[in-house]
Amino acid sequence: MIPRIDRLTGPRQGGGLKLALPAGALWEETVDALDRIGLDTSGLRGESRSLTFELDGVALVKMRPSDVPTYVEAGAADLGITGKDVLLEQRDRVVYEILDLRYGACRMVLAGRQSDESLGESERRLGMMRIATKYPRLAERYFEQTGRQAEVIEVKGSVELAPLVGLADGIVDLVASGRTLNENGLEVREQIATSTARLIANRVSHKLRAEEVDELVGKLKEATS
Amino acid sequence: MPATWQPWHRVDQATVSKVAPMTVHRIPPGTRDILPEEMRELRALEGALLEAFDRFGYVQVMTPTIEYDAVLRRGESRGAGAAYRFFDERGELLALRSDMTIPIARLVASRYEGEPGPFRFSYVARAYRAVSPQRGQMREFIQAGVELLGAPAPEGTAEVIEVLYAALGAAGLSRAVVGLGDADLYGQLLLELGVDEGQRQRILDRLAAHDLVGLEAEVDAAGVDQAGRRTLLALPAMRGGAEILAHAHELGGEAVERATRRLQATLEALERRGVSERVRLDLGLLRDLGYYTGAILEVYDPALGHILGGGGRYDGLVSRFGSDLPAAGFALYLERVHVAQAEEERIARGEAR
Repeated sequence: MIPRIDRLTGPRQGGGLKLALPAGALWEETVDALDRIGLDTSGLRGESRSLTFELDGVALVKMRPSDVPTYVEAGAADLGITGKDVLLEQRDRVVYEILDLRYGACRMVLAGRQSDESLGESERRLGMMRIATKYPRLAERYFEQTGRQAEVIEVKGSVELAPLVGLADGIVDLVASGRTLNENGLEVREQIATSTARLIANRVSHKLRAEEVDELVGKLKEATS
Repeated sequence: MPATWQPWHRVDQATVSKVAPMTVHRIPPGTRDILPEEMRELRALEGALLEAFDRFGYVQVMTPTIEYDAVLRRGESRGAGAAYRFFDERGELLALRSDMTIPIARLVASRYEGEPGPFRFSYVARAYRAVSPQRGQMREFIQAGVELLGAPAPEGTAEVIEVLYAALGAAGLSRAVVGLGDADLYGQLLLELGVDEGQRQRILDRLAAHDLVGLEAEVDAAGVDQAGRRTLLALPAMRGGAEILAHAHELGGEAVERATRRLQATLEALERRGVSERVRLDLGLLRDLGYYTGAILEVYDPALGHILGGGGRYDGLVSRFGSDLPAAGFALYLERVHVAQAEEERIARGEAR
């Protein structure tokens, strides 16, 4: 038998909604958005290492953005906030994408070394590009859809490193200002998609807790438009 | 205990060998062995469901696990998601069935040709679908359900939902809810608004993918008038009790009117049977199989984050096999019902996590 743990760990047993929140780049603006819908977020700010919070009856769970769809699909969270980039990479997750929260705007791009034609040259002469990325499925789909061959190499850390040391001809990555690319001598060659923060919902919660979900959606919509 | 205790000292050798046995003969991902304890519970659940089906006069049938691929594709262009195909010794293409609806439509059309019905069939059967890697999805799973052929809407639909209630009750899922929508609503509304075919498909794809943000973008690209846009964006969020129909009515339009009339009729038939209170209307519901017409349904239980099953009407399906019979049915995923059952029992014992 699974031992009884904190109520945060189980799927919906009454009580408030459970919301999965993205740590990292989207965190600050996510907390700002929660602030604007009238939650007292002072406990979320500052140096707390805690991963679970309870604000005005809403349970909040902080996690990596790429884990948010996993928790929401399984119903371990009713709702979640994550980037469109994550949803594009994990397209097979069955979750409702309810709302464009408009913050955290980024572009998914194909980038290569500045004033260096190795990307194009590889494609012309070898019929194949080597592309390093943290988004292998998205990258593969993009090259497939544009009718090109690419060897997609998945890396976990700083992608910008790959073309600099010769692992790849280019990268597919998310850029906000483009400064990181610039500082590493890279430049945008093609834009693949745009990304902002999105509110997603579990399929069952969207039906069984419709009123609470819609109320939160309404408030967030107002606060972010 | 060692002089300097380290966390890994807790893992003794016996535990290690239990977790990772040395000799493993693999089985394909997405399949599993069922051991006696679980088997006993599944049998009991299966028995309870069949008994509930039986009470309404549904008799059990079985069809082959493998069908000709062309037969499944006659029922639905993609073969209803059948994913595993192979050749027999004569070079004919076979497929593992992905559900029981098409096989039973085939069975009725070929074995009961010319008879008007209604036919009431139930089944507990294995079906097969493709899985995404590392997602814990099952390639092979058990479905328990019924098909009612030869009974039109709304009474046929209401009967199927009544049987579904009895089945959920027999499984001890007293909190389960049935979401009821209309498969034709959105597509017909797009037609009525003059959206061209390509764009119509893109919009329906977004709705089927539950992508309401992408839906809004595609609706904007369709160039419909303000009222049409408002209706298209409002419908997917409309879910709840009978009051939904009044709200939808206010939006106006032929397609909405027809769908709300159909839903109203189904709801009234359910009320007459005394089984309307756990139906949740859902105007944004769309199922990913092409053969549905009119009423569609999904089953939810608060103890589980995934749907327990689904179904609906498929009035055009049996005629593709030569018999013009209006039909409806549902399938429950037996293993998921079992998980929900265990979860509900735990809650009832006061061990709610």
